[in-house]
Amino acid sequence: MTKRPVQFQLNGSPVAVFTDEGQNLLDLLRRGVGDLSPKFGCGQGTCGSCTVLVDGEPRLSCLTLAETVEGQSVETTNGLANGPDLHALQEAFMENFAAQCGYCTPGMLMAAKALLDRTPRPSREQVIEAISGNICRCTGYEPIIDAIMAASGQPVRRAG
Amino acid sequence: MSSVEFRKDLFADERDDNLQEIGKPTRRQDILGHVTGRSPYYDDHLFDGLLHMRCVRSPHHHARIRSIDTSQAERMPGVVRVVTARDVPNNLNTLLSLINFGKDEEKLIQDTKVAYVGEPVAAVIAETEGQARNACAAIRVDYEVLANVLDPEEALKPDAPVVNEVYPNNTFDYHDRYDHQKLRFGDVEKGFSEADHIVEGEYQMSPIEQAPIETCGAIAAPETNDRFVCYTSTQALFFSLGTTAKLLNMASSRLHFVGGTVGGGFGGKVDSIVEPLSVLGAVLTGRPVKFMWDRAEEMQVGAPRGAERWRIKDGVASDGRILARAFTGFFDAGAYTRLSSYAIIKCTGHIPGPYSIPNVASNVFCVFTNRTPATAMRGFGITGVDFAIECHMDKVAEAVGMNPIELRILNAYRDGDMKPHRRLAKNAALIECCQVASQKAGWPISADAARQSSLHGGGGDRAIIPESLTDSVGRIGERRTSSIPTEPGQGAPSKGRVAAGTQGVPIVAAAPQDEDMVGDPVRMGFRHAPSASPQTPGQPSRLAVPPATPAPQSIPSAPVSAQPPVPPPSAPPPAAPQPSATQAPQAPAETAPYKPEQPFSRGVKRPGVSRFLSGSRRR
Repeated sequence: MTKRPVQFQLNGSPVAVFTDEGQNLLDLLRRGVGDLSPKFGCGQGTCGSCTVLVDGEPRLSCLTLAETVEGQSVETTNGLANGPDLHALQEAFMENFAAQCGYCTPGMLMAAKALLDRTPRPSREQVIEAISGNICRCTGYEPIIDAIMAASGQPVRRAG
Repeated sequence: MSSVEFRKDLFADERDDNLQEIGKPTRRQDILGHVTGRSPYYDDHLFDGLLHMRCVRSPHHHARIRSIDTSQAERMPGVVRVVTARDVPNNLNTLLSLINFGKDEEKLIQDTKVAYVGEPVAAVIAETEGQARNACAAIRVDYEVLANVLDPEEALKPDAPVVNEVYPNNTFDYHDRYDHQKLRFGDVEKGFSEADHIVEGEYQMSPIEQAPIETCGAIAAPETNDRFVCYTSTQALFFSLGTTAKLLNMASSRLHFVGGTVGGGFGGKVDSIVEPLSVLGAVLTGRPVKFMWDRAEEMQVGAPRGAERWRIKDGVASDGRILARAFTGFFDAGAYTRLSSYAIIKCTGHIPGPYSIPNVASNVFCVFTNRTPATAMRGFGITGVDFAIECHMDKVAEAVGMNPIELRILNAYRDGDMKPHRRLAKNAALIECCQVASQKAGWPISADAARQSSLHGGGGDRAIIPESLTDSVGRIGERRTSSIPTEPGQGAPSKGRVAAGTQGVPIVAAAPQDEDMVGDPVRMGFRHAPSASPQTPGQPSRLAVPPATPAPQSIPSAPVSAQPPVPPPSAPPPAAPQPSATQAPQAPAETAPYKPEQPFSRGVKRPGVSRFLSGSRRR
């Protein structure tokens, strides 16, 4: 099996690893680099739990060939916090009970970050659109939407 | 001093322990790990030299395995080990055998017959997942396709294919002798005859996959102390450990199970399938082995909430009081029991829903079909029948021309009412829920309905256990008049199977008690048996004139009936009955004799020692 070197920025730091032929970015991040924050949920691009940002765009890492991120910038949940200081989204997810089992949370956070980086004060509809590719099976989506609204400094409209 | 009090004494100033948390926002204790992506799910444990396991699965609903050829797969690149049934030391189990309920019936890896699409027949352990997949595709299995049955009522017919040889009638054996779980409370036929309306309905649920975002999986690895560590997604860590110990014939002290961080479960991660296989892989290879279902496996072979079919027949007075309710239920267990048997125990304890109905009967069948085995999911055993009951309540409301919320308030349990499984209702709150729901929904109810309370109006004559007919050997419900045509352990049934009491007649609703049955107050074991005691005023019905003196509300001591009252849903399955039967209704199933010189694990009972399995107690 041919190994191929690939270099990219991971959460602001340079990374150089060998990738196996046909290896996807999710597997490279988890097994090759040891960044376990993106999760495997379906391997088919349907659940969103493996969402990472590539040059600021949300990508399903399970469907992204690892070698295609050569020279690009990859962001994962592992890099959201700045040392001990959590990202506003992380704080808001904690405050708004926006996770139960937590398995979809890294993907949700990255999809939300892609939105807020581009649209600092999104409408509720834009938030719903931004996480429409991410499935949560525990909490329901309302607390997650609330958390993203809160992280953008907007009032939370609670359901019910 | 309890340990909690002791702790409070020692750490008195650490926190106030007032536990006044309701209504206050609070943080989950594990939320920091979730938002930083550092919560340790089983797949977040990295091992050098990790091997990957994949299963070869049946493409057929039902087929005999003629042969399995693994020779080509064994020579393929990266393949470390091909695993077949003969590698499993004790290859027969039923999940609830750990609590002595049911017979061992399911193989971890099949070698004789597959009974559902996706049943594993072999496994491959390889250096990469891709190599394991390729080798799986190279395993040749020669199947003889058999007729299948995919509908529970079809499976009850005499000529239906036998899905699960351990249960040749295609029904789980309750108490090792009954083909269904029965509940009798009062006399539904009498209730129907007094009713102004008869309302019947049939309700069909579909299977529901729990679909957690994290698929089922486990990683097992040898430790340095002759133990095996297993990181697992299980929801039932000790069930998984005990099941692994049993199937692999290992002392449970050699197993080190680590779990607790579960990426969604909803009941779908209790079946303990992935743990025994991954530990077996680690035992066979001496290396870390991961067995993880992909999404397709999660959807196809992950055990769902089983489909249920319900028929409900109500006798209703013109003022909306439900006088009698009869259920016939069919749980589609799929090919193996898993937790369906237990779901029906829960369900029967829940019948007739949160309503005070003086005459209730149910026959619920746990039926094997060639579908994916069903298991736990979020209130399983209750949610399905509740769906049917609440649909039916609306139908009843329509039939009598009542506001459906008022109908529910009229019939709701109140504190002190006797439930059909012989427990008194307490902390009832349906009336209050209905009142709030009517406000929230803007669906007005009458002033009288708005005045009702669960705290008042219950008990008294509503606390009485009504007479339930028994036959001459103390069995409740219908009597079988001829010998039982199906005998486990003697091959295929020669005369077909008969649903209890029906003699092959299609089951429309719970069949009425036989006319020749005579109520025997002594046998019934409760104090109010008015039909045999002229001094007792009236029938013990909630509908009749209340008796002059309030009925005692104590729960009578164990009724001497062949089928004991159903325990509350949280209790373990009921103990075996100790009937006064003079004839064994069925020949006991042949089970392997217990060999005490071959103990296979601590704390895990061998097949044969269970009083449910041996049949010896009813001799």
